[in-house]
Amino acid sequence: MQSSLGTPTASAIIFFFLIVAVTLGITYWAAKRTRSTKEFYAAGRSVSALQNGLALAGDYMSAASFLGIAGLVALKGYDGMIYATGWLVGWPALMFLIAEPLRNLGKYTFADVVAFRLRQTPVRIASAVGGILTVLLYTIAQMVGAGSLIKLMFGIPYEVAEIIVGVVMLAYVLFGGMIATTWVQIIKAVLLLFGVTALTLMVLSKFGFSPGALYAAVSNQIGQTALEPGGLVTSPMDAISLGLALMFGLLGLPHILMRFYTVPDAKAARKSVLYATGLIGYFYIIVPIVGFGASVLVGRDVITHIDKGGNMAAPLLAETLGGTPFLGFIAAVAFATILAVVAGLTLAGASALSHDIYVNVVKHGQATEAEQVRVARFSTVAFGILAILLGILFKEQNVAFMVGLAFAVACSANFPALLMSIVWKRFTTAGAVCSILTGAFLSVFLIIISPTIWVDILHKEAAIFPLKNPAIVSMTAAFLVGIVVSLLGREPAAEAKFEDEKLRTYLAIGAE
Amino acid sequence: MKSSNEMLASKEFKDLVRSKWTISVILTICLFILYYGFILLIAVNKPFLAQRIGEFTTLGIPLGVAVIVLAWVLTAVYVIWGNRSYDDAVQSLKDQVR
Repeated sequence: MQSSLGTPTASAIIFFFLIVAVTLGITYWAAKRTRSTKEFYAAGRSVSALQNGLALAGDYMSAASFLGIAGLVALKGYDGMIYATGWLVGWPALMFLIAEPLRNLGKYTFADVVAFRLRQTPVRIASAVGGILTVLLYTIAQMVGAGSLIKLMFGIPYEVAEIIVGVVMLAYVLFGGMIATTWVQIIKAVLLLFGVTALTLMVLSKFGFSPGALYAAVSNQIGQTALEPGGLVTSPMDAISLGLALMFGLLGLPHILMRFYTVPDAKAARKSVLYATGLIGYFYIIVPIVGFGASVLVGRDVITHIDKGGNMAAPLLAETLGGTPFLGFIAAVAFATILAVVAGLTLAGASALSHDIYVNVVKHGQATEAEQVRVARFSTVAFGILAILLGILFKEQNVAFMVGLAFAVACSANFPALLMSIVWKRFTTAGAVCSILTGAFLSVFLIIISPTIWVDILHKEAAIFPLKNPAIVSMTAAFLVGIVVSLLGREPAAEAKFEDEKLRTYLAIGAE
Repeated sequence: MKSSNEMLASKEFKDLVRSKWTISVILTICLFILYYGFILLIAVNKPFLAQRIGEFTTLGIPLGVAVIVLAWVLTAVYVIWGNRSYDDAVQSLKDQVR
């Protein structure tokens, strides 16, 4: 089958421009309402629970989830479903442990919460290090994925694709702030869910709407092993470590945590997690059907021929089932997905630089609204340019691995300090700083000496660190260091504030 | 009407905090068992999941779907608890603070 992938087709270009036009229109509308920091960072706290649920889902269901998991299921069968479950389970944990206290204690960023009763300067800096590191890794993964995706779908050169993504994304964030990025996420979430639902229904219609018949075809065409767990989960320790990173990494992703400040109160925060979990759960239940459908209706050979990683399984399926127009639609939606996520990441990175570092550290909290917004916009541009450059620099790197790295850093550097500062009275400034830095550097270090880099990339004999995902070691270490260092010193001021802080944490008295 | 300090020391407030964390921890443990149970099952007993329940459908497929659905159910439980008892308690305590 001759695919039109790789050449710009009329329908793809039309959908693409339509989506960009609509989202830029929204940005223009949002820009007129974005004057203060509350609007720039937190959409004026006017987002409803359902809207935030959609935005959270949109932020989370990146191109990696959609194309990556569909591709993984298409090429590896059941093992792809294991990833799908893992990606979902962080959300309940987020709800039970973090969502409400986070909303009550903070203003715009998660660092607000960690630094709430501790000494601002060292904790803000450490949180910014952990946060920016996570955001950078995640951004590189998205930008690299974006470049290769656009190149594959539209035939545009990689570097040009990077610049297009960077410029459009910057327009959203710079002019529209959080209002624009939220609405772009909502629209993209709706389009993505619609597109994947349509794909799923079309696949099932070829099998009399019986999943059993689909699996029969998979078994006959590819083999029963495609329906059985394979080589993905071999050692229990590796599996647990990966699971920890997936589950708790979410609780340390700055761009997700930021969204909790866009809703009016903790109750709305709680409801938005319920909606998000439902939407994301639905998504992860139906994507494997798309993957299995692709393996049968398109064929593994065709898929790997176009892209070894299998990332084109879903678009190819769209073309097979709905012709070039449907392919164009899916391609445009995938592109919108990338734009939206990178916009959210840029806003998170910019907020760490401007709200955490500039306003709270450099200016000790003394900065006018106008000045704060100006610095926020400047940081946005800086971060956006950085994203483009890094995307070009890291061309050809393995994207899924980078996302895994981002999650590992998030669960080791950001999550332990965040949780301990909410629940533990004796947590001190020194404990927080040491925990964050230990988590950040240990996770990166362990990944470097793990099989993925040490053996596969650096071609050494054997990996010094056996696990592919360091979470079980680095996250535990971050907790232990945080506990031990805190117990070694006392910070009476912080302990006193903990009691007072409780009124805000649980009753929302004084929450912003 | 209570002052902040009186509220912090009061039994109702302490009970509120304890109830929130009790349910959070219980649900987190349930989540752990659900997810890590699934993962460990895959790691140590693949044949169990590979067994057929339909003509070709393996047990692993509906189990994987069940993990996702049940994870969502756990979040729904928390929200229902929050809406039914926690929020009212929070509001009544909030009203008491000067």
